[in-house]
Amino acid sequence: MWVLLAIAVVVVGFALRINSMLVVTAAGIVAGLIGGLSPVKILNAFGDGFAGSRSVTVFIVTLPVIGLIERYGLQHQARKLIGKLKVVTTGRLLAIYLLIRQGTAALGLTSIGGPAQAVRPLIHPMAAGAAERRYGKLPEKLQEKIKGFAASADTIGLFFGEDIFVAIGSILLITGFVDTTYGLHLEAIDIALWAIPTGICALLIHGTRLLLLDRQLDKLAAEDKAATKEAAR
Amino acid sequence: MIKVEWFYWLCGIFFVLIALQVLNDRSNPKRVGSAAFWGILGLSFGYGTFVVNKQAPSWLLGIAVIGLAVLAGSGFPGKGEERTTTPAERVHFADRFGNKLFLPALVIPVVAAIFGAWLAKVKLGDGKLLLQTGSATIIGLGVASILALIVGMVLLRPKSPAVPVHEGRRLLEHIGWAAILPQMLATLGLLFNASGVGKAVGRVTDHLVPKGSLIAAVALYCIGMAVFTIIMGNAFAAFPVMTAAVGWPLLVQQFDGTPAVVFAVGMLAGFCGTLCTPMAANFNLVPAALLEMKDQYGPIKAQIPTAVPLLGCNILIMYFFAF
Repeated sequence: MWVLLAIAVVVVGFALRINSMLVVTAAGIVAGLIGGLSPVKILNAFGDGFAGSRSVTVFIVTLPVIGLIERYGLQHQARKLIGKLKVVTTGRLLAIYLLIRQGTAALGLTSIGGPAQAVRPLIHPMAAGAAERRYGKLPEKLQEKIKGFAASADTIGLFFGEDIFVAIGSILLITGFVDTTYGLHLEAIDIALWAIPTGICALLIHGTRLLLLDRQLDKLAAEDKAATKEAAR
Repeated sequence: MIKVEWFYWLCGIFFVLIALQVLNDRSNPKRVGSAAFWGILGLSFGYGTFVVNKQAPSWLLGIAVIGLAVLAGSGFPGKGEERTTTPAERVHFADRFGNKLFLPALVIPVVAAIFGAWLAKVKLGDGKLLLQTGSATIIGLGVASILALIVGMVLLRPKSPAVPVHEGRRLLEHIGWAAILPQMLATLGLLFNASGVGKAVGRVTDHLVPKGSLIAAVALYCIGMAVFTIIMGNAFAAFPVMTAAVGWPLLVQQFDGTPAVVFAVGMLAGFCGTLCTPMAANFNLVPAALLEMKDQYGPIKAQIPTAVPLLGCNILIMYFFAF
């Protein structure tokens, strides 16, 4: 039972806003010590875990080329391009991106999107460009709102699309864990098929919220205008 | 056969190059500690190959990882002065290059798609797969990035080949230590499981549900997955804990649920938790940092109103389809 203290370490460390890297490391050491692992075994577990999950960090290989094209004005060009398309509003653009992101992730193409590859260089500048055409220079509140929703469209599309694809980490983790621990023989394809109902719900819920974002932005822009007028008086 | 380890070495070399640049960056007040952080990280990526192949002791890497955590806790890595083009220069370049600027960005998904959908299935003469099994996506991303960089260099002709490393460092310094938090969380899940945290949680949750109520047991598993994911920042780390505690003993063994539905939907309930937690740094804090948001919790605030009803959907889907 005392091993649950390790979870308490995570919660307390996080509540106190201690650096997450330190909190995670401390929680791991506490769990290992209470669970009866020797110090060498704990160090081994840290090493094995880190080496075995390097794939999560591979996204950084895209940073040099993204940084390079940013240097030569990528974001400005994206803004200019979207500024010409009159029908595309911020909300509609992000809803279309959600659909594309989820659809491609369901085909196993998870690296098409992502905050570094797509949201920063393409999706956010386009969404901000559509809003600028409508409201002029964006006040900070609107900028933040658009950034938050641009990131959310990418993340939600990925999460509830990728599990429909057979050879993805989470599916392999499920079959690997339950097959070895409980002696089952689950087919990865069955797990993947049962991710479809939740995927449809996610698309409907978040898609609707993205389409409603335009109205929310209208309201925020109007409020900001009123506030600036008030301040001018 | 193309091996995924090559691309981990590529990442490692990139981190080491950044460490060298940081060491020479006099505008960075924390340059020695920051260079140490990126340098140790880069060497760990290479050393990891030997750990995975069981050719070198893991504990040495364990010490390096704890060292990285201590450096992060002491405020490293820090940022130097940003040296890139000015907004006015960027407008000028955008006028000059026009839509060609999108070309390198589009190379990445197209090449990654070719690898994931087609090259992943190609076999060599000796019957082995061309790409290492289960790593086609990562290999595709690595190759795509290299090709995109070549296209970008030919197209834009920067003055020095060091420019992309420089610009990559600018983006990486925005992310900081959060870049490797997910790897730390995966490690934490491993340690939790080895120490018996799952069994202990099961003993606690036994008292939470009324005996014999199916909907209560389903809700306990789904909400438990979401809550544990919020705490640990990773549905992968929460899954073994909650499945050992509730999913297997209660839902599959006692209520005779269909395992595929229970586990698939359970994992997705955990994903609803991921949408709500700052502990899932790579999905929630990294985008905020990359987009230079004032409020680092902005993406989470946009996601919570979707996550909550979606968790309800998961409970109903499991209740109606698994039993």
